Amino acid sequence: MAQNISPEIERLIKLLSKLPGLGPRSARRAALELIKKREPLMRPLVTAMSDAADKIEECGVCGNIDAANPCHICAAPGRDQSVICVVQDVGDLWAMERAATFKGVYHVLGGTLSAIDGIRPEDLRIAGLIGRVKGGGISEVILAMNATVDGQTTAHYITDHIEGPNQAGERVTISRLAHGVPVGGELDYLDDGTINAALSSRRPF
Amino acid sequence: MDWTGEGYVLSVKKHGETSAIIEVFTRDRGRHLGLVRGGVSRKLRPVLQAGNKIKVEWRARLSEHLGYFTVEGVNSRAAELMQDRLSLAGLNSACAVARETLPEREPHADVFDAFEVLIANLHDKDIWPALYIQWEAGLLASMGYGLDLSRCAATGVTDNLTHVSPRSGRAVCAQAAEPYRDKLYSLPSFMQPLSRRNDITVPQCDVEDGLRLTGYFLETRIQWGVNRTLPEARERMVGMLVG
Repeated sequence: MAQNISPEIERLIKLLSKLPGLGPRSARRAALELIKKREPLMRPLVTAMSDAADKIEECGVCGNIDAANPCHICAAPGRDQSVICVVQDVGDLWAMERAATFKGVYHVLGGTLSAIDGIRPEDLRIAGLIGRVKGGGISEVILAMNATVDGQTTAHYITDHIEGPNQAGERVTISRLAHGVPVGGELDYLDDGTINAALSSRRPF
Repeated sequence: MDWTGEGYVLSVKKHGETSAIIEVFTRDRGRHLGLVRGGVSRKLRPVLQAGNKIKVEWRARLSEHLGYFTVEGVNSRAAELMQDRLSLAGLNSACAVARETLPEREPHADVFDAFEVLIANLHDKDIWPALYIQWEAGLLASMGYGLDLSRCAATGVTDNLTHVSPRSGRAVCAQAAEPYRDKLYSLPSFMQPLSRRNDITVPQCDVEDGLRLTGYFLETRIQWGVNRTLPEARERMVGMLVG
């Protein structure tokens, strides 16, 4: 870092460069932009970040992040509380919400089982999910895990632990998202694994 | 420095925001690591799944460098096996055991060939557990800790071998094993030299015995030497197969 930059700006650049998508060079540009637009951009950003740091917390029910606990999805009266969609991260929950077709509730695991990264079942919110399902009142669990080896390993692990009757003796339907051709996808550009998955889960037309 | 070859993806670890460090198991180069630029991109993620066969080109300035891989998918076995919990558990376990036990950049062609057969048959739950056990036994042999199942360690006879000594890794016949049954490991019938050719279906008890046998030797002979226990993926697979 150049010596003629003040320590305050240097600190700002250093912190900004830790954000995903920003390296030292782009962090420098972002810092400069913030300083130039101090009133219209920097101060509101400071307030927004301070508010978020103070108020945002993890939902005690589903693991979503929100200013309220339980989060606004868990507390929404119009949502079907008997259908749980299990997702890996909050980003996946947001993706599902963007689609605006799912009207149930969520459970955010916080990652996937991974031998490489040393993530074990205890490191994820799997016990909380089992408790919710076994506690009763759940009719379906949708496993919306990524179509990766780790994602599907986690899905199978969860299935092993939640299938069977709950405390009330009710059986819970366990389903997973379909794997196959994405909307707008062209067969010519798809990998053979995706084509195989799409063929094996074809349905009458 | 550069080379080209085909191998199986054993692991993928994200490196930075767009790259990945992958471990590939090749026939001629053994377990080899390298960096893949754009390895976590939408295009390469389906290709870089554990168990997939890929074509790799490795380049580095010096041979001891990590180097860069250029990859191209050959087949997507992982996608086919993902649907079945047992097959996926077998795939995860095989990749984890290979990753943790094989030394880096040391070719083990026999282990690779057996791995290839195992991966190709993981969809067939009637045969893959026995193939898996045989693959682990072969891995032990390739690492220098092979089981000697040719004759009884006590009497020298070559038939009716039913147990294995945990101390020497040598077979013991039923008669000699009788007083020490609780201290010895049972030898599955499909691993017994004389009956190997006749086995078509593998009984559940043989799968349990085989996993216990190879698991013990993998753990004590290889893993304990580097202060590790057996990989969790293997334990999960054993839990599913043994119940």
